[in-house]
Amino acid sequence: MSGESVKLLGYWASPLALRVKWALKLKEIEYQYVEEDLQNKSPLLLRYNPVHKKVPVLVHDGKPVAESLIILEYIDETWKHNPILPQDPYERAQARFWAGFIDEKCVPAIMSAFTNQGEEKEKAAKEARENLKTLESALGGKDFFGGETVGFVDIAAGWIGLWARIVEEIADVNLIDAETMPLLNAWFGRVLEAPVLKECVPPRDKLLEHSRGFHKILTAASS
Amino acid sequence: MADEVVVLDFWPSPFGMRLRIALAEKGIEYEYKDEDLWNKSPLLLQMNPVHKKIPVLIHKGKPVCESLIALQYIDEVWNEKAPLLPSDSYLTAQARFWADFVDKKIYEIGRKLWTTKGEEQDAAKKEFLDCIGVLERELGDKPFFGGDDLGFVDVTLIPYYSWFLVYEKFGNFSVGAEHPEFIAWVKRCMEKESVSKSLPEQEKVYDFAMLIRKKLGIE
Repeated sequence: MSGESVKLLGYWASPLALRVKWALKLKEIEYQYVEEDLQNKSPLLLRYNPVHKKVPVLVHDGKPVAESLIILEYIDETWKHNPILPQDPYERAQARFWAGFIDEKCVPAIMSAFTNQGEEKEKAAKEARENLKTLESALGGKDFFGGETVGFVDIAAGWIGLWARIVEEIADVNLIDAETMPLLNAWFGRVLEAPVLKECVPPRDKLLEHSRGFHKILTAASS
Repeated sequence: MADEVVVLDFWPSPFGMRLRIALAEKGIEYEYKDEDLWNKSPLLLQMNPVHKKIPVLIHKGKPVCESLIALQYIDEVWNEKAPLLPSDSYLTAQARFWADFVDKKIYEIGRKLWTTKGEEQDAAKKEFLDCIGVLERELGDKPFFGGDDLGFVDVTLIPYYSWFLVYEKFGNFSVGAEHPEFIAWVKRCMEKESVSKSLPEQEKVYDFAMLIRKKLGIE
């Protein structure tokens, strides 16, 4: 649609910003990307997200939308081609449930495994594995959570395939167990290699170095 | 058909109250089942195996868990009467944002108000009133967050009013004294039968909170 402006305020290493980039790419929406310095947040970010002051923020014709999953739903409802969420209300509720499960259960457990040490770390990693195993039950034998094509839950969860493996390497834990969760493991590979999505993913070595830096600070603080 | 919709709930739960209000607004008949959360029913464990929590909306035998997800499901299925979300996608995004804000903030801060003491409680009191202030500013001149009538955010937020006696007594403050406009909004909501019939009496909730404090060993 001409005369329309779409802006994304993000951070290169933010998995939540990646969710929005993926959705915009799948819908073939042209947008202007604004890289934020999270240590020195811009007046623009503070104006567009005064409540949480976080990225990502989508700004459509000057109107801001914050919170990544809310942004995904906004994108899906505003640009109706290449749908991200299913049409059926029950299927939509299931998709929303699993996206919420990722944010409420999987992510905090993975973060906890990353920031803790010793017994706490192992306990968190075990919880993360259990949660990922539960997530696998929603995938079943499908290629994607969305069925034959990428959908809401794939966009919400795909980034874990890259980030969790980086946490595994840095913190020396097991999170994505190929033996106990073969379907999820295969799906991670599939979604991160999907043509449109692959090109948005930040470079692994840069992300690894960035995460190592964080890990040093976090573990020094807790020891 | 009353056997089509079942709600697994727990009478003092603000999350359960959200569903009660929405179903009443839309004139949907349903079977209400009160759970004993210290002795969860096989039905609850079967319908919500992941979280084992209430509320659960069961429609034609299929469960929808998580209150805000159930609200949207109710709104999408019974879409002819009393819409909760607007048709405009931007206004819908705003409604979701504020419902998410309420979910992230009010429950946890509220809980600290009646389960903690001293500095922790003081900090919770300040944060709670700050949040009410933010919500009050967001409401602005509108009679409801949804505009002229109850909407998604109103239904998400008003259940906490049933817990205000608990918050105010233990926190030793008055929401109305600090934020009269917010209480004016509360009163407008409570004038609606769908709301007033869905919320338990504040005294009953207070007695429940006292019971829990005893159980938790808080004096």
